[in-house]
Amino acid sequence: MSTPRDERKPVTDEPVSLRVIGTRPPLYGAVDKVLGRAVFGADVSLPELLHGKVLRSPHAHARILSVDTRRAEGYPGVHAVVTARDLPEGAGEQSERDNTLAGDKVLYVGHPIAAIAAESPHIAEEALALIDVQYEVLPPVLDVRRAMQADAPLLHETLRTWSLAGQAASSSNVAEHLQHVKGDPERGFAEADVIVERSFTTTMVHQGYIEPHASTALWHPDGSLTVWTCTQGAFPVREHLSSLLDLPMARIRVVPTEIGGGFGGKASSYVDVVAALLARKAGRPVKVVMGRDEVLKATGPTPGTFIRVRMGARRDGRIVAAEAELCYEAGAYPGSSVGSGADTIFACYDIPNARVDGYDVVVNKPKTSSYRAPGATPAVFAVEQVVDELAERLCIDSLDFRLLNCAREGTRRVSGQPYPRVGFVEVLQAAKAHPHYSEPLGGPNRGRGIAFGYWGNWAGQSCCTISVNADGTVSLLTGSVDVSGALTGIAMQAAEELGLELRQVQARVADTASIGYTDVSAGSRTTFGTGLAAIEAARDVIAQMRARAARLWGVPVETVSYDRVAFTTSVDPTQRLSFRELAAQLSATGGPVMGRGNLDGDVLRRGGAPGLHIADVELDPETGKVTVLRYTAVQDVGRAVHPGNVEGQIKGGVAQGIGWALYEGCFYGEDGQLLNATLLDNKLPTAMDIPAVEPVIVEVPDPVHPYGVRGAGETPIVPVAGAIANALYRITGRRMERLPMTPAYVLERMGVI
Amino acid sequence: MKPFQYRAPTLLGEALSLLASAGQRARALAGGTDLLVQMRRGLINADLIVDVKKVFELNRLDFDPSDGLTIGAAVPLCRICESPEVAQHYPGLVDALSIIGSVAVRSRATVGGNLCNAAPSADSIPALIVHGAVCTVASREGTRQVPVARFCTGPGQTVLGPGELLVSVRVPPPRPRSGARYLRFTPRYEMDIAVVGVAAWLELSEGLTTIANARIALGAVAPTPLLAVEAGASLVGRTPSAAAFAEAAALAQSIGAPISDVRGTAAQRRHLVGILTRRALEGALQRARGAEPDGRQG
Repeated sequence: MSTPRDERKPVTDEPVSLRVIGTRPPLYGAVDKVLGRAVFGADVSLPELLHGKVLRSPHAHARILSVDTRRAEGYPGVHAVVTARDLPEGAGEQSERDNTLAGDKVLYVGHPIAAIAAESPHIAEEALALIDVQYEVLPPVLDVRRAMQADAPLLHETLRTWSLAGQAASSSNVAEHLQHVKGDPERGFAEADVIVERSFTTTMVHQGYIEPHASTALWHPDGSLTVWTCTQGAFPVREHLSSLLDLPMARIRVVPTEIGGGFGGKASSYVDVVAALLARKAGRPVKVVMGRDEVLKATGPTPGTFIRVRMGARRDGRIVAAEAELCYEAGAYPGSSVGSGADTIFACYDIPNARVDGYDVVVNKPKTSSYRAPGATPAVFAVEQVVDELAERLCIDSLDFRLLNCAREGTRRVSGQPYPRVGFVEVLQAAKAHPHYSEPLGGPNRGRGIAFGYWGNWAGQSCCTISVNADGTVSLLTGSVDVSGALTGIAMQAAEELGLELRQVQARVADTASIGYTDVSAGSRTTFGTGLAAIEAARDVIAQMRARAARLWGVPVETVSYDRVAFTTSVDPTQRLSFRELAAQLSATGGPVMGRGNLDGDVLRRGGAPGLHIADVELDPETGKVTVLRYTAVQDVGRAVHPGNVEGQIKGGVAQGIGWALYEGCFYGEDGQLLNATLLDNKLPTAMDIPAVEPVIVEVPDPVHPYGVRGAGETPIVPVAGAIANALYRITGRRMERLPMTPAYVLERMGVI
Repeated sequence: MKPFQYRAPTLLGEALSLLASAGQRARALAGGTDLLVQMRRGLINADLIVDVKKVFELNRLDFDPSDGLTIGAAVPLCRICESPEVAQHYPGLVDALSIIGSVAVRSRATVGGNLCNAAPSADSIPALIVHGAVCTVASREGTRQVPVARFCTGPGQTVLGPGELLVSVRVPPPRPRSGARYLRFTPRYEMDIAVVGVAAWLELSEGLTTIANARIALGAVAPTPLLAVEAGASLVGRTPSAAAFAEAAALAQSIGAPISDVRGTAAQRRHLVGILTRRALEGALQRARGAEPDGRQG
């Protein structure tokens, strides 16, 4: 069998040799962050700034009978009090309005009801206690399976289930039932020699970004609005503001600040509209900074789930049938990540007969938001244990079993699309060849587990401009917020195209008034999709500069070429200008050159990034404490633009995955109170809990990208919980059917307590 | 957070007068790692904050072979853990003090604060209890001594009355052939809070063959840290053995009233008391014999 390195295909469209792509320059802004000079959301300060605080529901489910703000309005130092009544009538989606400031009902503990702007955050906080809200408390429903029952309390009386058959007649907490069918699952199971079926539950998990949401709003005398906010996407925030405030988009400028973590959670807007409403009413700028408890109680965790998986395989090792039922908690309003969970659950395998049913279910918990490969981690935790069990029952090595059944180019996914070129096989082969897969564990109470995961790339829409300066440097603007070091990766692609060193390219994230619409930095799209826009902008620059050279030399533009070293013409071999030399002449040859790239990536054929993880864990069989000793993450990244940053993404994803697997969760009491609204009890792993993760980069170029880049940032979280669960099975002989796999749960599964 | 007065006296008498002047509405501030967090969360409202970090008596860290160790209530944990004398004579104490919070927290947090915060899970308290430590409490009326084992009266509650201040904690001199160990169970390796904590202290007879004296204390299984009197007494006069330790562990499991909460279940806590008591006794025994146990925390 050949090694993956031998199987690498040459990158399409690749010039002789790459000078920037594949190197490891320092990331833009890294030093500022280390020195504390970066401006994050809460750092924004303006003259006459007021501070906003939000009144939140103490109940998980209640009807609001009345809100009396008069006493708070009269409190010294208070400048404005707003409630849902301050939202323009009829503006925006009802659920967005209600999740910004509750209307008739509160649907989770922490649901915003009113907000106050005052001279200091302390005064605002004190005045909150003076707002009198009368509630009719209703019974909450907190568990996805309970919420699906016919007699469960209803969150939304008007919500009726959408399915392939249309919309149901009666109200339900199930917003949507989606289904994918491929082949004939019943016949497939009839063919199977071994069938494994298991059910799994996972708890809601918060993304755990360290920087709380913070937004500062300033209204200008002309009625336009500027908002500084920490977000993954300035344009979606602008559109959210435009919709809820009923304001033309052009009158809103959203300035994205540096971002202290988001992981999907800052793709949603929570306090931007509130800050804008307060600022308008107060006539002064207002900053709203959420507290840690507010973040944990009221901003998007990822759904808790119930997942049932059944799979059948023949004695020869081929998986012949699979079915899955995925029930995801959407939180208070519809829109969980069940769609991408259903899309991902069988994504790594070529399964001829399969059915996937997904349910999007509302419960009395905060509306869920994206979290790094939304919906995929619970699905893969479930399916990878079932796959592992099938392999064991068939006495086939678990990696070989995956090689036998993995998806390949052309394999049609259960959710529909056939795969383009994706390195499933190459990743499995690289994992098999890695010493970690075969080296001894080195001690008792240790186990090794593997899991295979996949996350697709979304290209989205992006804009990028590149302006050429007279000294030959260029200024690059993008609308993509730099959540992951992607800004550097984007600029590196432009530098490569332009034949410049990275230090000659200064890239910055633009506000919404300075660049065209750009989608949120999410979906593993930024280095990939906005990178494509940067390449397009760079090529536009080169095309314009070729025309300038042609004009200077009096030759036809078709004869001018740029080999990333110099502009030359085939007509006159004595003519030759470097980028810098030509840049100096732009002013005299027609004025400034600005290249633009505006990408509609949604028309591209979607690839993605598979990852195979190997985890060695040690269990203290007396206490249930699990320690991850060694971890290897093998991943197809297409082309690592900045290998150091790709490795950082892999390590970070694995660290988050370990937290999700072993420690983290949003735990609610029966009354719907969040029991762990602090970072003491919402247990993110510390550096001490994470081993030295070894990233193994496999490069199978994505054919839609000139350099073969794939989005790589989300896949690394997907297989982690499954790999650790499979390792724990090797030690305990028990399948882990719950996340997080806390010490108490492990001891319970072992029958110790 | 509501406005409050902040004072930072340098003299003990001044601190005591300030505390007396505001009664229940005054709070002493040492490292602030609990107090400020609780004030921000609205759990504590105070009109007067008396910063005691500049008071001499609260900043002492003295060891005297005949007198033992005096830890001023405002001495940060890192200073205690870095003291060679503490490390040499009270390694069981260092077990506990070196795992509270993070490096950053330990550079501010104090033993006095850990005691006055009176969390059932406080790491320092079981370790101080098995060492027989005694608190010195002062007020304008005078001073009194309170054994650490009786200092806490409930979660967040202590014997301190209005106007009283914890000045220092005195740990008796180390006894020959004795050793102590504190272990806690946490899901994570640091910056975590004990699901259960167990401290054990053993003193061996002259021939090192039998246990002359033993104390076991438990954290996070009752409203206050507990001295497991019978568990300790069961070991006196016995040869250190797996059977003796198992019996003591079972007795330790029989006291307290562990609860189920977000940090752990009652059954898990009861189970962990047994495991950690045995392990802490094993570690204490090694130290009593002059050896050092492995570096595990739980």
